[in-house]
Amino acid sequence: MHLALVGTPNSGKTSLFNALTGSRQKVANYPGVTVERKEGSFVTPSGRQVSLVDLPGTYSLRGRSPDEEITRDMVLGRTPGEAVPDLVLCVADSTNLRLTIRLLLELKSTGRPLMLVLNMFDIAARRGVTVDVPKLSQALGVPVVTSIAVRKGGTAELLRLTDEIAAQAKSPLAQNLWQPLTVAQLRATQREADRIIASAVSLPSRPDSWTARIDAVVLHPVAGLMVLALILFVMFQAVFAWAQPLMELLSQAFGALGQLVQTTLPSGLLQSFLQNGVISGVGSVIVFLPQIIIIFLFILLLEDFGYMARAAFLMDRIMGGAGLHGRAFIPLLSSFACAIPGIMATRVIDNRRDRLTTILIAPLMTCSARIPVYTLIISAFIPDTQVWGWINLRGLVMFGLYAAGIGSALGVSFLVKFLMWRDYAPAPFMLELPDYKMPRLKSIAIGVYTRAKMFLQRAGTTIFSMMVLIWFLASFPTPPAGAENPAINYSLAAIIGKAIEPLLAPLGFNWQIAVALIPGMAAREVAVAALGTVYAIEGGKEAADQIGQVLATKWSLATALSLLVWYIFAPQCASTLAVIRRETASWKWMWITFAYMFALAYAASFATYNIAVALGAG
Amino acid sequence: MTKSNGTRPHSPLGLAKRGYSGVIQHLAAGGAGSALSDIELESRLIELGFVEGARVEVLHEGIVGRDPIAVRVENVTIAVRRREAMAIIVA
Repeated sequence: MHLALVGTPNSGKTSLFNALTGSRQKVANYPGVTVERKEGSFVTPSGRQVSLVDLPGTYSLRGRSPDEEITRDMVLGRTPGEAVPDLVLCVADSTNLRLTIRLLLELKSTGRPLMLVLNMFDIAARRGVTVDVPKLSQALGVPVVTSIAVRKGGTAELLRLTDEIAAQAKSPLAQNLWQPLTVAQLRATQREADRIIASAVSLPSRPDSWTARIDAVVLHPVAGLMVLALILFVMFQAVFAWAQPLMELLSQAFGALGQLVQTTLPSGLLQSFLQNGVISGVGSVIVFLPQIIIIFLFILLLEDFGYMARAAFLMDRIMGGAGLHGRAFIPLLSSFACAIPGIMATRVIDNRRDRLTTILIAPLMTCSARIPVYTLIISAFIPDTQVWGWINLRGLVMFGLYAAGIGSALGVSFLVKFLMWRDYAPAPFMLELPDYKMPRLKSIAIGVYTRAKMFLQRAGTTIFSMMVLIWFLASFPTPPAGAENPAINYSLAAIIGKAIEPLLAPLGFNWQIAVALIPGMAAREVAVAALGTVYAIEGGKEAADQIGQVLATKWSLATALSLLVWYIFAPQCASTLAVIRRETASWKWMWITFAYMFALAYAASFATYNIAVALGAG
Repeated sequence: MTKSNGTRPHSPLGLAKRGYSGVIQHLAAGGAGSALSDIELESRLIELGFVEGARVEVLHEGIVGRDPIAVRVENVTIAVRRREAMAIIVA
C-alpha cells in the first residue's frame, strides 16, 4: 500500500514521517529534477506493509515552483514511474487549521482517497483548541484522526484507521475533477473552510503566549538583529571550541592506529600505503566529523524550533539592500553546512532572477568542507590566546573568515543585481511565521545521523580514492639509488606540482600546496589530507603525527594567510559546480560561477600575500 | 461574517502601523505595484488566508523602512512586505 503525506509548510509532516518510519527511510531526488524525495516504510498493527512518501509542503495544487509541481503531480498520479498513492494523508497543525482545511477541500476534487491527520493535537489541547472530530469529519466528508507524532503511541489511531481503509473493498475511484482554481474559487474554498472550522472547532481568542513573548524580543527591529548575531556567533564558537576535545581524541586514535601499522608491518610499500595513504589521509578528514555534526545540529535545531522563518523576516530588507530576497537567507544559511543542499534549497525562491543570484553566491558561504582547511591552518599559525579576556583568538579568526565569505557574497549579489537586473521590481516576500515548537529530539537525531553518514560515506569513497591517487603520485617513481633529497622530490606529484608552481607562486604557494589543490577540486577537505600525505612521505613518521606542526615550520605566515583567503573564494568543489549546472540547467551559469570565484580567489590571495610580506610576515 | 468596524475609513494594510488591528474589506491587487500579476498576487494572498472578513493585526515591523511586517491573520502569522500589503484593504 502506498501513502503520501501532503500539507502546508510547518504542519509537522516531517516529524510525522519520522514517527511512522523511524530510521527506515531513503532520501533521494525525483528523476529529472532535484527535488528531494523522502520515502520510508512501516508495518501496520495488522501486518500490512506500507510505503510512505513525504511530499514538499504547499498551500495549494497550483504548482508555482518545482517543489509544488511534484506534490501536485504525485497526488494526481501524473509522475511517471511513481506509484499513485492509495491514500493521501493531509497533515494539519491542529493549532492552525485554516490553511490546511482549504488545501484539503482542493484535494477532495482530485478524487483520491483522503484522510485528514490533526497533528500536534496535544499542543492544541494545551492551548485550549477543541475539535469536534466526528463533526469535522462529517462536514469535510473525509476520515479525520488526531495524532501526536512526537509521542510514543501518538500515531496508534492513524495506523488503526489506515488498516481499516486498506481492508475495505476497493471502491472505484472517484473521478479527478481538479483544475487550477480561479481567484473566485480559491476565495470560495477559503470561505467554506472558515465556515467548517467555525462549526466544528473552537479556537482560543489569545494567540500562543510563548510565541508572542519570544517574538517580542526575537522580531524586535534592534534586539532581534542582536539575537541573530549572537546565535551565529555562538554557533561558530561552538564549532571551533566544543568540538576540540573530541577532535583531539579522534586524531590521537588515528595516530595510534598509524603507529600500530608502522610497528607491526615490515617497512615497504604496503606499510607506506596504509600509514601515509589511508590512515593519515582519510583520518585527517574524519577528524572533522564532530564539527560537521555541531553545525548541522545548530541548523536543524533552529529549523525545528521555528526560528529560520524569523531570521528570513529580519534579514529580508537588509539583504534586499544587496539585491537578495529574504527567502534566500535559509538556503544561504544551509550553505554554511554545504553549498549543495543550500543550492537545492533555493527552489523555495519562486522568482528566477532571485534564485540565480542566490545560487551564484551560495558557494561563497563557508561550507563545512572548508572547516578542516581553516582549522588546520589556524591551529598551526594562530596562537591560542584570549582577546579581551574571554574571546578565543582562533575562534575570532574563524569568525572573520566566515564574515569575509558573507561580506563578499553580499558584494557579488549587489553587483549582479546592479549590472544585470536593475530594471526589475523586487519579487514579493510572503512567508508564514509558525508558532515556536520544542525541537523534537528524535527528528534532530535522525537528521544529524543522516548527514554524518553522508560525510563518512564521502570520506570512504571520494576522499579515499583521491587519497590513493595522491599516495601513488607522491610515491612513484621511486628515487634513483643514492638520491640525496627526500624521495617525494622525484615523484610524479612533485613534477606536477612544480609545473603549476609558477602560476601559484605570486600567491605564496609552494609546489606541495599546488599538489594538494588539484585533488581538492573533488572535495575541499581532501586538500588537508593531501598535504598530510605529501608531507608524511616527505618527512617520515613524526610529520604524519602532527601535520599542523610541520606546516608551521615549512610555511611562512604570509603563505598560510594567503591559503586561508584562497579558500574563502576558490571554486574548489566539483560537486557544487555540477549541482549549479543541474539546477540552472545551463553550462553558462556554472562557468560564470567558476570564473568569478577563481578570479576573486586569485586576486584576494595575491593581495593578502603581498601585503603580509610587506608587513614582515613573509 | 464581516462585522462592521463602525465608520473607520478603508485603507491599505501596507500603510498600517505596528499594533494596528482591523478587518479585511477587500483585496485590490491592481494598485499594489507588486512584481506579480494581479491574479497571481490575489491568489497567493488568499492561499495565505487573507480573505474578506478575516481579522488582521500588525504584530511586528522590520528595521529598514519598517518593512516587512508580520501580520496576524486570524490565528496564523504571515510575514509580508508593505508593497504587497498595499493590496489588502482593511478597516
